Amino acid sequence: MTPETIRLDGVEKTFGAVRALAGMDLTVAAGECLGLVGHNGAGKSTLMHILAGTLAPTRGELTAAGTRVGGQWSTAAAQGQGIRCVFQELSLCPNLTVAENTRIVHGSLRGPGWKPRARALIRAKLDEIFPGHGIGADDEIASLAIGKRQMAEIARAFTVTDNPLRLVILDEPTSSLDAVTTHQLLDYVRRETARGTAIILISHLLGEILGTSDRIVVMKDGRKAAERAAKDFDRTSLVAAMGSEARPGDTTRAATRQASNADLMVRAVPAAGGGTAFEARKGEIVGLAGLAGHGQTRMLLQIFSKDRAEVAAPVAFIAGDRQSDGIFNLWSIARNITVRSFSALRRGGLIDLGREARLAEEWKSRIGIRTPDVDNNILTLSGGNQQKTLFARALASDAAIILMDDPMRGVDVGTKQEVYGMIRQQAEQGRTFIWYTTEIEELSHCDRAYVFRNGAISASLAVADLTEEKVLEASFAEAAR
Amino acid sequence: MNALINRLRHQPWIWSFLAAALVWIVTVTWLRGQGAGEILTAALSFATFSIIVGLGQMMVITTGPGNVDLSIPATITLAGVVAMKVMDTDNARLLIGILAALGVSLLAGIFNYALIRLLRMPPIIATLSSSFLILSTAISYGRGIRIKPPPMLDDFATFRLTGIPVATLFVLAVSFVMALVLRRTVYGRSVLAIGQNPRAAWLAGLKVDGVRFATYVLSGFLSGVCGIVLSGFSGGAALDMGEEFLLSSIAVVVIGGTSVAGGKANVPGIWGAALFLFLLVTMLNTFHASAGIRLIMTGLIIIAVIVIAGGDEQR
Repeated sequence: MTPETIRLDGVEKTFGAVRALAGMDLTVAAGECLGLVGHNGAGKSTLMHILAGTLAPTRGELTAAGTRVGGQWSTAAAQGQGIRCVFQELSLCPNLTVAENTRIVHGSLRGPGWKPRARALIRAKLDEIFPGHGIGADDEIASLAIGKRQMAEIARAFTVTDNPLRLVILDEPTSSLDAVTTHQLLDYVRRETARGTAIILISHLLGEILGTSDRIVVMKDGRKAAERAAKDFDRTSLVAAMGSEARPGDTTRAATRQASNADLMVRAVPAAGGGTAFEARKGEIVGLAGLAGHGQTRMLLQIFSKDRAEVAAPVAFIAGDRQSDGIFNLWSIARNITVRSFSALRRGGLIDLGREARLAEEWKSRIGIRTPDVDNNILTLSGGNQQKTLFARALASDAAIILMDDPMRGVDVGTKQEVYGMIRQQAEQGRTFIWYTTEIEELSHCDRAYVFRNGAISASLAVADLTEEKVLEASFAEAAR
Repeated sequence: MNALINRLRHQPWIWSFLAAALVWIVTVTWLRGQGAGEILTAALSFATFSIIVGLGQMMVITTGPGNVDLSIPATITLAGVVAMKVMDTDNARLLIGILAALGVSLLAGIFNYALIRLLRMPPIIATLSSSFLILSTAISYGRGIRIKPPPMLDDFATFRLTGIPVATLFVLAVSFVMALVLRRTVYGRSVLAIGQNPRAAWLAGLKVDGVRFATYVLSGFLSGVCGIVLSGFSGGAALDMGEEFLLSSIAVVVIGGTSVAGGKANVPGIWGAALFLFLLVTMLNTFHASAGIRLIMTGLIIIAVIVIAGGDEQR
């Protein structure tokens, strides 16, 4: 029997009236990769915060390396036990460099010469996990794209100085990573577990969970709903255990419509030039693919600000990096939904509060935001539900063109299916969607896609060509002439 | 009843009113009930001016960290000087004087934002340096001669309706309008959104540049209104008439429960805070405290109020 790294017995956590964890048992053995799945709001993130020591359990026992820790559990204690956590909301200091951020978690990097040592430490780990990462140890975090920030944070969690490394919790680690870096990370997870480190992998991408974990725990309503060896699960049974309807594989769409003669809604030339211009027509769903940070978000912003772009209709933007691009922290859920529609809600110069409330209520139920009251603060929602709020904001607006900046980060499978369906339905009603995604699987919901490489379009692929091989091939190709 | 108390307890502005009431009660008790009404009337008169400029400062501070208008005192002075000189003690020239004074204060606001936007200066430096230019304009234009206000302006600024100054009622109306603007207009909501997250506000389709421009212009405009009424109230424009409003315009905003970090404005709080500040000085005067003690006490009490009122918000 392999020694257990950490054990939870009947852990409960309540926030006011909300019961985030309702008696959770969990054991993690050394050298195993535990997959953890569940809907948004199932309690996964709360559980991880308790393991990492940032939240104290309301009730229950926590045993680390064979000793009961009781009330002494804290972030420092967790660190001392060799527990590291990569949270869904990235937690690096944006005004510090990658090396300086590494220093923060390693108290032993002190005295003269700490900086070169911190640089060497993080550089070696980045090279080991993500060969060809392109991140400098002296890059300021704020200057890095979200994908690279996530890579730096992951690498930092695996660096070792004086404390041992026993357990690393990865909460949605691949949400901002592209296909190549995701593969690199999952390969590394297997190597690291072989060395005896335990890893908890939380992801909404079931393929990752099934392919990487040894054992899978399914959470539902703050409890464990199922626990089996990974090989005893398949996609359908896993989705069923999570409590949503199993659907066959990827939903293959109805026949591709002939959209080539519909009105041209957007025409834009990428800032980096290249021969190919971007075009989108009325009712189309156009994907932006390629490796992360190769000009896709830039393209969206170009269209948004009508910079070297002809745009025929009002535009709305759905952020993927919701903390910095989307959410208004001080506002209610309702106002976070209606903010894009303030002008449209006016009557005689003043915003009509009744109409505003009705609009928020309508979209709360249409998109299924889980909250007892839309007047609650936006931060009372789980990450996935905050993301749904951003969808509601765009879809409730008068925009005919919707720009999506990798918006499915941290959204669970059931919700994703609902949102995909809604996008399809809205497109049929004539809305145009321009969709940047780091998940190749999602491209199957597009009518066609442009692959980006170094800021230019390297390929334009029709729906039949949207396979992983073709997209990756184009991601590494030279820009089309 | 309990529900009402509970709701009031969670309003950030309640503390400034409680503090004002407490200071008033202490003063009146000390004076054995003499002049209780007069003190209130005086407080309302003097608070009027910090409330007008406080409303403008509140909007500026609400647009986010780093935003502040330090040119308020200079703009008050320039508006006062221009108004008095153009009106030239003549009732018939009242309107043109008001228009001229408001015109120059709008220009001051436009100039501020031009420095911030076009030269990319931090607002604190931009408004500080523009205030030197604005004040110099006032000095060279006014030449230090004190001109009396026309009788009609004097009457408006000092007239009282059963003990309540008319100017205060006017500012009350302005305050209601500002509260409505914050709650029900696209502009007001945009100010609150930009203060929380300018990038998200931009991506949500709000006009970030236009709104910030309008906010600095609005602050200039309200400084102009203050300058005109204050000249009428104090018998003419003086070059140091704006001085005290540098600190008080910021203090009433902060004590009143508006978030210094932006995104959260509070109109009623400004009233409580302005009354509190005036009553505090009155109280220390009735204690015959020396100037030094008075300043120390003012500082300490302001810190105490912010700690008590702000503590609730941090959580």
